[in-house]
Amino acid sequence: MITAAFPARPLPQPGPLPNDLQLTSSGQLRHLLTVEGLSRELVTEILDNAESFANMNEKAVKKVPLLRGKTIVNLFFEASTRTRTTFELAAKRLSADVLNINVSTSSATKGESLLDTLRNLEAMNVDMFVVRHQQSGAAHFMARHVEPGISVLNAGDGRHAHPTQALLDMFTIRRFKGDFTRLKIAIVGDILHSRVARSQIHALNILQAGEVRVVAPHSLLPAHVEDLGVHVFHSLEQGLRDVDVVIMLRLQRERMEHAHLPSEHEYFQLFGLTERRLLVARPDCLVMHPGPANRGVEIDSAVADGAQSVILQQVTFGIAVRMAVMSMVMGVRSA
Amino acid sequence: MPEIASLLDSMAEQTRRHFEQRGIEQPIVVGIHSGGVWIAEVLRQRMGYTRPMGKLDISFYRDDFSRIGMHPQVRPSELPEELDNEHILLVDDVLFTGRTIRAALNELFDYGRPASVTLAVLVERDGRELPVEAAIVGAHMELGTGEQIKLRGPEPLRLERVKLEDGR
Repeated sequence: MITAAFPARPLPQPGPLPNDLQLTSSGQLRHLLTVEGLSRELVTEILDNAESFANMNEKAVKKVPLLRGKTIVNLFFEASTRTRTTFELAAKRLSADVLNINVSTSSATKGESLLDTLRNLEAMNVDMFVVRHQQSGAAHFMARHVEPGISVLNAGDGRHAHPTQALLDMFTIRRFKGDFTRLKIAIVGDILHSRVARSQIHALNILQAGEVRVVAPHSLLPAHVEDLGVHVFHSLEQGLRDVDVVIMLRLQRERMEHAHLPSEHEYFQLFGLTERRLLVARPDCLVMHPGPANRGVEIDSAVADGAQSVILQQVTFGIAVRMAVMSMVMGVRSA
Repeated sequence: MPEIASLLDSMAEQTRRHFEQRGIEQPIVVGIHSGGVWIAEVLRQRMGYTRPMGKLDISFYRDDFSRIGMHPQVRPSELPEELDNEHILLVDDVLFTGRTIRAALNELFDYGRPASVTLAVLVERDGRELPVEAAIVGAHMELGTGEQIKLRGPEPLRLERVKLEDGR
Protein backbone atom coordinates (compact mmCIF):
# COMPACT_ATOMS: atom_id res chain seq x y z
CA MET A 1 0.00 0.00 0.00
CA ILE A 2 1.00 3.55 -0.66
CA THR A 3 1.23 5.83 2.31
CA ALA A 4 -0.69 9.05 1.89
CA ALA A 5 1.65 11.21 3.92
CA PHE A 6 4.53 13.01 2.26
CA PRO A 7 7.66 12.87 4.31
CA ALA A 8 9.79 15.91 4.75
CA ARG A 9 12.55 15.30 2.24
CA PRO A 10 15.95 16.87 2.67
CA LEU A 11 15.70 18.61 -0.69
CA PRO A 12 17.39 21.92 -1.23
CA GLN A 13 14.29 24.02 -1.01
CA PRO A 14 14.70 27.49 0.37
CA GLY A 15 12.17 29.70 2.04
CA PRO A 16 8.54 29.18 2.89
CA LEU A 17 6.55 26.06 2.08
CA PRO A 18 5.73 25.85 -1.61
CA ASN A 19 1.98 26.12 -1.14
CA ASP A 20 2.27 29.38 0.75
CA LEU A 21 3.89 30.70 -2.37
CA GLN A 22 2.07 28.99 -5.17
CA LEU A 23 -1.51 29.22 -3.94
CA THR A 24 -3.63 32.28 -3.19
CA SER A 25 -5.35 32.59 0.18
CA SER A 26 -8.43 31.07 -1.43
CA GLY A 27 -6.44 28.08 -2.69
CA GLN A 28 -6.17 29.02 -6.35
CA LEU A 29 -3.03 28.50 -8.37
CA ARG A 30 -0.90 31.63 -8.54
CA HIS A 31 2.50 30.12 -9.42
CA LEU A 32 3.29 26.54 -10.27
CA LEU A 33 6.52 25.56 -8.55
CA THR A 34 5.98 21.95 -7.53
CA VAL A 35 3.29 19.31 -7.58
CA GLU A 36 4.11 18.41 -3.99
CA GLY A 37 1.34 19.41 -1.62
CA LEU A 38 -1.27 20.26 -4.25
CA SER A 39 -4.72 18.92 -3.49
CA ARG A 40 -6.30 16.16 -5.51
CA GLU A 41 -9.07 18.62 -6.44
CA LEU A 42 -6.64 21.17 -7.83
CA VAL A 43 -4.66 18.59 -9.82
CA THR A 44 -7.93 17.26 -11.23
CA GLU A 45 -9.03 20.79 -12.10
CA ILE A 46 -5.80 21.35 -14.03
CA LEU A 47 -6.30 18.07 -15.93
CA ASP A 48 -9.95 18.92 -16.65
CA ASN A 49 -9.02 22.35 -17.98
CA ALA A 50 -6.33 20.76 -20.13
CA GLU A 51 -8.97 18.46 -21.55
CA SER A 52 -10.84 21.42 -23.02
CA PHE A 53 -7.67 22.78 -24.59
CA ALA A 54 -6.73 19.36 -25.97
CA ASN A 55 -9.74 19.53 -28.24
CA MET A 56 -8.56 22.67 -29.97
CA ASN A 57 -6.49 20.84 -32.54
CA GLU A 58 -9.47 20.33 -34.85
CA LYS A 59 -9.95 24.05 -35.27
CA ALA A 60 -8.73 25.88 -38.36
CA VAL A 61 -7.32 28.58 -36.09
CA LYS A 62 -5.55 26.82 -33.23
CA LYS A 63 -5.77 29.79 -30.94
CA VAL A 64 -8.01 31.32 -28.31
CA PRO A 65 -7.85 34.96 -27.21
CA LEU A 66 -7.64 34.19 -23.49
CA LEU A 67 -4.24 35.75 -22.77
CA ARG A 68 -4.28 38.44 -25.41
CA GLY A 69 -2.05 41.31 -24.40
CA LYS A 70 -0.10 39.28 -21.83
CA THR A 71 3.65 38.89 -22.14
CA ILE A 72 5.24 35.60 -21.16
CA VAL A 73 8.98 35.16 -20.80
CA ASN A 74 10.56 31.75 -21.27
CA LEU A 75 13.66 32.13 -19.16
CA PHE A 76 15.88 29.13 -19.74
CA PHE A 77 19.19 28.79 -17.94
CA GLU A 78 19.50 25.21 -19.13
CA ALA A 79 19.12 23.77 -22.60
CA SER A 80 15.72 22.43 -23.59
CA THR A 81 13.92 22.03 -26.87
CA ARG A 82 10.73 20.16 -26.14
CA THR A 83 9.77 21.90 -22.93
CA ARG A 84 10.58 25.36 -24.21
CA THR A 85 8.80 24.92 -27.53
CA THR A 86 5.69 23.42 -25.96
CA PHE A 87 5.56 26.27 -23.43
CA GLU A 88 6.02 28.69 -26.30
CA LEU A 89 3.27 27.08 -28.39
CA ALA A 90 0.96 26.94 -25.38
CA ALA A 91 1.44 30.66 -24.81
CA LYS A 92 0.95 31.49 -28.46
CA ARG A 93 -2.22 29.40 -28.68
CA LEU A 94 -3.53 31.46 -25.80
CA SER A 95 -2.68 34.58 -27.85
CA ALA A 96 0.01 35.79 -25.44
CA ASP A 97 3.23 37.42 -26.65
CA VAL A 98 6.27 35.28 -25.95
CA LEU A 99 9.86 36.17 -25.33
CA ASN A 100 12.48 33.40 -25.32
CA ILE A 101 15.60 34.06 -23.34
CA ASN A 102 18.39 31.53 -23.09
CA VAL A 103 20.75 32.68 -20.44
CA SER A 104 24.27 31.38 -20.66
CA THR A 105 24.91 29.14 -17.73
CA SER A 106 28.34 30.52 -17.03
CA SER A 107 27.26 34.08 -16.30
CA ALA A 108 24.31 33.30 -14.08
CA THR A 109 24.64 30.62 -11.48
CA LYS A 110 24.27 32.63 -8.33
CA GLY A 111 21.12 34.04 -6.82
CA GLU A 112 22.20 37.59 -7.20
CA SER A 113 22.52 37.56 -10.94
CA LEU A 114 19.23 35.71 -11.20
CA LEU A 115 17.62 38.53 -9.26
CA ASP A 116 19.26 41.00 -11.55
CA THR A 117 17.88 39.26 -14.62
CA LEU A 118 14.49 39.18 -12.97
CA ARG A 119 14.42 42.90 -12.16
CA ASN A 120 15.43 43.81 -15.68
CA LEU A 121 12.70 41.73 -17.22
CA GLU A 122 10.13 43.01 -14.74
CA ALA A 123 10.98 46.50 -15.86
CA MET A 124 9.67 45.48 -19.27
CA ASN A 125 6.23 44.82 -17.75
CA VAL A 126 5.96 41.11 -18.32
CA ASP A 127 3.17 38.99 -16.81
CA MET A 128 4.65 35.53 -16.43
CA PHE A 129 8.00 33.79 -16.17
CA VAL A 130 8.51 30.24 -17.28
CA VAL A 131 11.82 29.33 -15.75
CA ARG A 132 14.22 26.44 -16.09
CA HIS A 133 17.37 26.45 -14.02
CA GLN A 134 20.05 23.95 -13.12
CA GLN A 135 19.77 24.86 -9.43
CA SER A 136 17.04 23.35 -7.30
CA GLY A 137 14.85 26.07 -5.82
CA ALA A 138 15.42 28.64 -8.57
CA ALA A 139 11.72 28.94 -9.39
CA HIS A 140 10.85 29.33 -5.69
CA PHE A 141 13.44 32.03 -5.44
CA MET A 142 11.88 33.90 -8.34
CA ALA A 143 8.35 33.45 -7.04
CA ARG A 144 9.42 34.98 -3.74
CA HIS A 145 10.90 38.00 -5.44
CA VAL A 146 8.59 38.84 -8.32
CA GLU A 147 6.19 41.74 -8.15
CA PRO A 148 2.66 40.86 -7.15
CA GLY A 149 0.61 39.97 -10.20
CA ILE A 150 3.47 38.24 -11.97
CA SER A 151 3.32 34.45 -12.08
CA VAL A 152 6.20 31.99 -12.13
CA LEU A 153 5.99 28.53 -13.66
CA ASN A 154 8.71 26.04 -12.90
CA ALA A 155 9.90 24.36 -16.08
CA GLY A 156 12.46 22.29 -14.20
CA ASP A 157 14.82 23.24 -11.37
CA GLY A 158 17.91 21.12 -10.74
CA ARG A 159 16.97 17.74 -9.34
CA HIS A 160 13.95 19.14 -7.56
CA ALA A 161 10.79 19.40 -9.65
CA HIS A 162 9.31 19.57 -13.11
CA PRO A 163 5.62 19.97 -12.35
CA THR A 164 4.19 20.52 -15.83
CA GLN A 165 5.94 17.38 -17.09
CA ALA A 166 4.41 15.34 -14.27
CA LEU A 167 0.99 16.86 -14.94
CA LEU A 168 1.14 16.08 -18.64
CA ASP A 169 2.14 12.52 -17.75
CA MET A 170 -0.88 12.29 -15.46
CA PHE A 171 -3.03 13.68 -18.24
CA THR A 172 -1.70 11.04 -20.63
CA ILE A 173 -2.29 8.21 -18.15
CA ARG A 174 -5.80 9.46 -17.39
CA ARG A 175 -6.64 9.74 -21.10
CA PHE A 176 -5.68 6.13 -21.77
CA LYS A 177 -6.33 4.42 -18.46
CA GLY A 178 -8.91 6.46 -16.54
CA ASP A 179 -9.07 5.76 -12.81
CA PHE A 180 -5.68 5.87 -11.09
CA THR A 181 -6.64 3.81 -8.06
CA ARG A 182 -6.50 0.52 -9.95
CA LEU A 183 -3.20 1.19 -11.71
CA LYS A 184 0.29 -0.18 -11.15
CA ILE A 185 2.86 2.24 -12.46
CA ALA A 186 6.60 1.69 -12.72
CA ILE A 187 9.12 4.51 -13.09
CA VAL A 188 12.35 3.09 -14.42
CA GLY A 189 15.87 4.41 -14.60
CA ASP A 190 17.83 7.37 -13.32
CA ILE A 191 15.62 8.34 -10.37
CA LEU A 192 18.55 9.95 -8.58
CA HIS A 193 19.01 12.82 -11.01
CA SER A 194 15.41 13.07 -12.10
CA ARG A 195 13.22 15.99 -11.13
CA VAL A 196 10.64 14.43 -13.43
CA ALA A 197 10.51 11.26 -11.33
CA ARG A 198 10.10 13.24 -8.10
CA SER A 199 7.23 15.25 -9.51
CA GLN A 200 5.62 12.15 -10.99
CA ILE A 201 5.74 10.30 -7.68
CA HIS A 202 4.09 13.22 -5.89
CA ALA A 203 1.43 13.52 -8.59
CA LEU A 204 0.69 9.79 -8.57
CA ASN A 205 0.37 9.82 -4.79
CA ILE A 206 -1.97 12.81 -4.92
CA LEU A 207 -4.13 11.05 -7.50
CA GLN A 208 -4.06 7.93 -5.31
CA ALA A 209 -2.49 5.60 -7.84
CA GLY A 210 -2.83 1.94 -6.85
CA GLU A 211 0.89 1.19 -6.72
CA VAL A 212 3.92 3.26 -7.63
CA ARG A 213 7.18 1.42 -8.25
CA VAL A 214 10.64 2.70 -8.91
CA VAL A 215 13.02 0.41 -10.73
CA ALA A 216 16.72 1.28 -10.78
CA PRO A 217 20.17 0.16 -9.74
CA HIS A 218 21.23 1.18 -6.21
CA SER A 219 23.55 3.81 -7.58
CA LEU A 220 20.73 5.66 -9.37
CA LEU A 221 18.30 5.82 -6.45
CA PRO A 222 18.24 8.64 -3.92
CA ALA A 223 18.63 7.65 -0.28
CA HIS A 224 15.35 6.90 1.52
CA VAL A 225 13.37 6.84 -1.69
CA GLU A 226 10.89 4.46 0.00
CA ASP A 227 9.79 7.38 2.16
CA LEU A 228 8.06 8.82 -0.88
CA GLY A 229 5.63 5.92 -0.73
CA VAL A 230 7.02 3.84 -3.56
CA HIS A 231 8.00 0.20 -3.89
CA VAL A 232 11.63 -0.22 -4.84
CA PHE A 233 12.83 -2.82 -7.33
CA HIS A 234 16.34 -3.45 -8.50
CA SER A 235 15.36 -5.83 -11.26
CA LEU A 236 13.47 -4.75 -14.34
CA GLU A 237 11.92 -8.16 -14.72
CA GLN A 238 10.32 -8.02 -11.27
CA GLY A 239 9.53 -4.32 -11.39
CA LEU A 240 7.58 -4.55 -14.64
CA ARG A 241 5.49 -7.55 -13.70
CA ASP A 242 1.77 -6.77 -14.25
CA VAL A 243 2.23 -3.01 -14.50
CA ASP A 244 -0.30 -0.87 -16.44
CA VAL A 245 2.12 1.94 -17.18
CA VAL A 246 5.89 2.06 -17.48
CA ILE A 247 7.63 5.40 -17.47
CA MET A 248 11.21 5.25 -18.71
CA LEU A 249 13.58 8.00 -17.62
CA ARG A 250 16.45 9.44 -19.54
CA LEU A 251 19.90 8.51 -18.28
CA GLN A 252 21.19 11.96 -17.37
CA ARG A 253 24.78 11.58 -18.34
CA GLU A 254 25.40 15.33 -18.08
CA ARG A 255 24.51 15.29 -14.38
CA MET A 256 26.66 12.30 -13.49
CA GLU A 257 29.70 13.42 -11.59
CA HIS A 258 30.94 10.06 -10.43
CA ALA A 259 30.95 6.60 -11.81
CA HIS A 260 27.28 5.84 -11.26
CA LEU A 261 27.38 3.25 -13.99
CA PRO A 262 29.88 0.85 -15.45
CA SER A 263 28.82 1.55 -19.05
CA GLU A 264 25.80 2.42 -21.12
CA HIS A 265 25.98 -0.92 -22.79
CA GLU A 266 25.77 -2.72 -19.50
CA TYR A 267 22.96 -0.44 -18.35
CA PHE A 268 20.96 -1.38 -21.43
CA GLN A 269 21.60 -5.06 -20.73
CA LEU A 270 20.12 -4.69 -17.24
CA PHE A 271 17.62 -1.84 -17.39
CA GLY A 272 16.97 -1.10 -21.05
CA LEU A 273 13.35 -1.59 -22.09
CA THR A 274 13.01 -4.08 -24.93
CA GLU A 275 9.97 -5.76 -26.46
CA ARG A 276 10.87 -9.01 -24.76
CA ARG A 277 11.18 -7.39 -21.33
CA LEU A 278 7.87 -5.62 -21.78
CA LEU A 279 6.11 -8.99 -22.04
CA VAL A 280 5.89 -9.37 -18.25
CA ALA A 281 3.85 -6.17 -18.00
CA ARG A 282 0.12 -6.16 -18.73
CA PRO A 283 -0.55 -6.61 -22.45
CA ASP A 284 -2.10 -3.12 -22.68
CA CYS A 285 0.71 -1.50 -20.70
CA LEU A 286 1.49 2.07 -21.80
CA VAL A 287 5.10 2.99 -22.50
CA MET A 288 5.99 6.57 -21.63
CA HIS A 289 9.15 8.65 -21.73
CA PRO A 290 9.51 12.35 -20.93
CA GLY A 291 12.13 12.67 -23.67
CA PRO A 292 14.59 13.06 -25.08
CA ALA A 293 15.05 9.29 -25.22
CA ASN A 294 18.48 7.75 -25.47
CA ARG A 295 17.67 4.95 -27.86
CA GLY A 296 19.66 1.86 -27.13
CA VAL A 297 20.52 3.10 -23.63
CA GLU A 298 17.31 3.12 -21.60
CA ILE A 299 14.87 2.17 -24.34
CA ASP A 300 15.02 0.10 -27.50
CA SER A 301 13.83 1.81 -30.67
CA ALA A 302 11.33 -0.95 -31.32
CA VAL A 303 9.60 -0.11 -28.03
CA ALA A 304 9.90 3.67 -28.34
CA ASP A 305 8.21 3.48 -31.75
CA GLY A 306 5.99 0.51 -30.88
CA ALA A 307 2.22 0.20 -30.57
CA GLN A 308 2.23 0.62 -26.79
CA SER A 309 4.29 3.81 -26.88
CA VAL A 310 2.50 7.11 -26.18
CA ILE A 311 5.69 9.17 -26.20
CA LEU A 312 4.50 11.48 -28.97
CA GLN A 313 1.04 11.87 -27.45
CA GLN A 314 2.81 13.07 -24.31
CA VAL A 315 4.30 15.89 -26.36
CA THR A 316 0.91 16.84 -27.84
CA PHE A 317 -0.83 16.75 -24.46
CA GLY A 318 1.99 18.80 -22.98
CA ILE A 319 0.75 21.83 -24.89
CA ALA A 320 -2.80 21.49 -23.55
CA VAL A 321 -1.60 20.99 -19.97
CA ARG A 322 0.65 24.04 -20.18
CA MET A 323 -2.21 26.09 -21.64
CA ALA A 324 -4.37 25.06 -18.70
CA VAL A 325 -1.75 26.03 -16.12
CA MET A 326 -0.97 29.33 -17.84
CA SER A 327 -4.61 30.38 -18.07
CA MET A 328 -5.30 29.33 -14.49
CA VAL A 329 -2.49 31.40 -12.99
CA MET A 330 -3.31 34.39 -15.19
CA GLY A 331 -7.04 34.15 -14.47
CA VAL A 332 -6.36 34.39 -10.77
CA ARG A 333 -4.29 37.53 -10.65
CA SER A 334 -7.03 40.10 -10.51
CA ALA A 335 -9.58 38.02 -8.64
CA MET B 1 -43.52 33.63 -17.26
CA PRO B 2 -44.38 32.63 -20.81
CA GLU B 3 -44.94 28.99 -21.65
CA ILE B 4 -41.77 27.56 -23.22
CA ALA B 5 -43.67 25.27 -25.58
CA SER B 6 -45.51 28.16 -27.22
CA LEU B 7 -42.26 30.16 -27.53
CA LEU B 8 -40.66 27.20 -29.27
CA ASP B 9 -43.66 26.88 -31.59
CA SER B 10 -43.22 30.49 -32.57
CA MET B 11 -39.46 30.07 -33.03
CA ALA B 12 -39.98 27.03 -35.24
CA GLU B 13 -42.43 28.94 -37.44
CA GLN B 14 -40.03 31.91 -37.75
CA THR B 15 -37.16 29.56 -38.51
CA ARG B 16 -39.12 27.82 -41.26
CA ARG B 17 -40.05 31.15 -42.84
CA HIS B 18 -36.57 32.62 -42.49
CA PHE B 19 -34.75 29.82 -44.30
CA GLU B 20 -37.54 29.25 -46.82
CA GLN B 21 -37.36 32.88 -47.94
CA ARG B 22 -33.65 32.50 -48.48
CA GLY B 23 -33.90 29.20 -50.28
CA ILE B 24 -31.82 27.41 -47.63
CA GLU B 25 -32.83 23.82 -47.13
CA GLN B 26 -31.14 22.93 -43.89
CA PRO B 27 -28.77 25.05 -41.80
CA ILE B 28 -26.31 23.60 -39.26
CA VAL B 29 -27.77 24.23 -35.80
CA VAL B 30 -25.21 25.38 -33.22
CA GLY B 31 -26.20 25.88 -29.58
CA ILE B 32 -24.31 27.90 -26.99
CA HIS B 33 -23.70 26.08 -23.68
CA SER B 34 -25.75 25.41 -21.62
CA GLY B 35 -29.21 26.91 -22.21
CA GLY B 36 -28.64 27.52 -25.89
CA VAL B 37 -27.83 23.84 -26.43
CA TRP B 38 -31.11 22.80 -24.78
CA ILE B 39 -33.13 25.15 -26.97
CA ALA B 40 -31.14 24.20 -30.07
CA GLU B 41 -31.84 20.52 -29.50
CA VAL B 42 -35.60 21.03 -29.27
CA LEU B 43 -35.69 23.45 -32.18
CA ARG B 44 -33.66 21.16 -34.41
CA GLN B 45 -36.00 18.31 -33.61
CA ARG B 46 -39.12 20.38 -34.35
CA MET B 47 -37.66 21.46 -37.67
CA GLY B 48 -36.86 17.88 -38.56
CA TYR B 49 -33.27 18.79 -39.32
CA THR B 50 -31.04 15.76 -39.69
CA ARG B 51 -27.55 17.23 -39.79
CA PRO B 52 -25.53 16.77 -36.59
CA MET B 53 -25.72 19.62 -34.13
CA GLY B 54 -22.85 21.80 -32.97
CA LYS B 55 -22.18 22.97 -29.42
CA LEU B 56 -20.12 25.97 -28.41
CA ASP B 57 -18.56 26.74 -25.07
CA ILE B 58 -17.47 30.34 -25.36
CA SER B 59 -15.50 30.47 -22.08
CA PHE B 60 -12.17 30.91 -23.86
CA TYR B 61 -13.58 33.84 -25.85
CA ARG B 62 -15.19 35.84 -23.07
CA ASP B 63 -14.13 39.43 -22.70
CA ASP B 64 -14.22 39.34 -18.90
CA PHE B 65 -11.51 36.68 -18.42
CA SER B 66 -9.01 39.15 -17.00
CA ARG B 67 -11.63 40.22 -14.44
CA ILE B 68 -13.10 36.92 -13.36
CA GLY B 69 -10.63 34.27 -14.51
CA MET B 70 -11.08 30.73 -15.71
CA HIS B 71 -14.61 29.53 -15.91
CA PRO B 72 -14.92 26.27 -14.01
CA GLN B 73 -15.73 23.22 -16.11
CA VAL B 74 -15.29 24.44 -19.63
CA ARG B 75 -16.90 21.87 -21.89
CA PRO B 76 -15.19 21.27 -25.19
CA SER B 77 -16.85 22.87 -28.16
CA GLU B 78 -18.08 20.30 -30.66
CA LEU B 79 -18.59 21.14 -34.27
CA PRO B 80 -19.08 17.88 -36.14
CA GLU B 81 -19.09 19.38 -39.62
CA GLU B 82 -16.92 21.80 -41.55
CA LEU B 83 -18.42 25.27 -41.34
CA ASP B 84 -16.96 26.64 -44.56
CA ASN B 85 -19.73 27.95 -46.85
CA GLU B 86 -22.46 26.58 -44.59
CA HIS B 87 -25.50 28.41 -43.26
CA ILE B 88 -25.48 28.41 -39.48
CA LEU B 89 -28.39 28.76 -37.09
CA LEU B 90 -26.83 29.98 -33.86
CA VAL B 91 -29.07 29.41 -30.83
CA ASP B 92 -28.96 30.89 -27.34
CA ASP B 93 -31.45 31.11 -24.51
CA VAL B 94 -31.35 34.79 -23.54
CA LEU B 95 -30.05 37.74 -25.56
CA PHE B 96 -29.02 40.49 -23.16
CA THR B 97 -25.83 42.53 -23.65
CA GLY B 98 -24.80 40.77 -26.85
CA ARG B 99 -21.33 39.91 -25.50
CA THR B 100 -21.95 36.16 -25.49
CA ILE B 101 -22.94 36.31 -29.16
CA ARG B 102 -19.84 38.36 -29.98
CA ALA B 103 -17.71 35.66 -28.35
CA ALA B 104 -19.63 32.88 -30.10
CA LEU B 105 -19.15 34.52 -33.50
CA ASN B 106 -15.43 34.84 -32.87
CA GLU B 107 -15.21 31.19 -31.96
CA LEU B 108 -17.32 30.10 -34.97
CA PHE B 109 -15.00 31.94 -37.31
CA ASP B 110 -12.01 30.15 -35.80
CA TYR B 111 -13.55 26.94 -37.13
CA GLY B 112 -14.24 28.20 -40.62
CA ARG B 113 -16.00 30.77 -42.79
CA PRO B 114 -19.73 30.18 -42.79
CA ALA B 115 -21.88 31.47 -45.66
CA SER B 116 -24.25 33.07 -43.14
CA VAL B 117 -25.09 33.07 -39.43
CA THR B 118 -28.66 33.54 -38.21
CA LEU B 119 -29.28 34.17 -34.53
CA ALA B 120 -32.24 32.57 -32.75
CA VAL B 121 -33.00 33.23 -29.07
CA LEU B 122 -35.72 32.06 -26.75
CA VAL B 123 -35.94 35.45 -25.02
CA GLU B 124 -34.55 38.81 -25.88
CA ARG B 125 -34.48 41.52 -23.28
CA ASP B 126 -33.34 45.13 -23.16
CA GLY B 127 -29.75 46.05 -22.28
CA ARG B 128 -27.77 45.57 -25.48
CA GLU B 129 -24.17 46.79 -25.30
CA LEU B 130 -23.18 45.65 -28.79
CA PRO B 131 -24.87 45.87 -32.19
CA VAL B 132 -26.24 42.33 -32.08
CA GLU B 133 -29.84 41.44 -32.98
CA ALA B 134 -31.66 38.14 -33.33
CA ALA B 135 -33.66 37.23 -36.45
CA ILE B 136 -35.69 34.60 -34.62
CA VAL B 137 -37.10 35.54 -31.21
CA GLY B 138 -39.37 33.52 -28.92
CA ALA B 139 -40.38 36.42 -26.69
CA HIS B 140 -39.36 39.95 -25.88
CA MET B 141 -39.29 40.86 -22.20
CA GLU B 142 -38.80 44.07 -20.27
CA LEU B 143 -37.02 43.59 -16.98
CA GLY B 144 -36.37 45.88 -14.09
CA THR B 145 -32.83 46.92 -13.18
CA GLY B 146 -31.07 44.22 -11.22
CA GLU B 147 -33.36 41.60 -12.68
CA GLN B 148 -32.27 38.72 -14.87
CA ILE B 149 -33.98 35.97 -16.73
CA LYS B 150 -32.60 32.45 -16.46
CA LEU B 151 -33.43 29.26 -18.30
CA ARG B 152 -33.49 26.16 -16.09
CA GLY B 153 -33.34 22.72 -17.59
CA PRO B 154 -32.89 20.53 -19.39
CA GLU B 155 -35.94 18.59 -18.13
CA PRO B 156 -38.28 20.36 -17.88
CA LEU B 157 -37.28 23.65 -19.43
CA ARG B 158 -38.57 26.67 -17.57
CA LEU B 159 -37.84 30.37 -17.37
CA GLU B 160 -37.12 32.04 -14.08
CA ARG B 161 -36.90 35.68 -13.13
CA VAL B 162 -33.89 36.23 -10.84
CA LYS B 163 -33.46 39.24 -8.62
CA LEU B 164 -29.80 40.08 -8.22
CA GLU B 165 -28.71 40.96 -4.72
CA ASP B 166 -26.33 43.84 -5.25
CA GLY B 167 -26.81 44.97 -8.80
CA ARG B 168 -24.53 42.32 -10.23
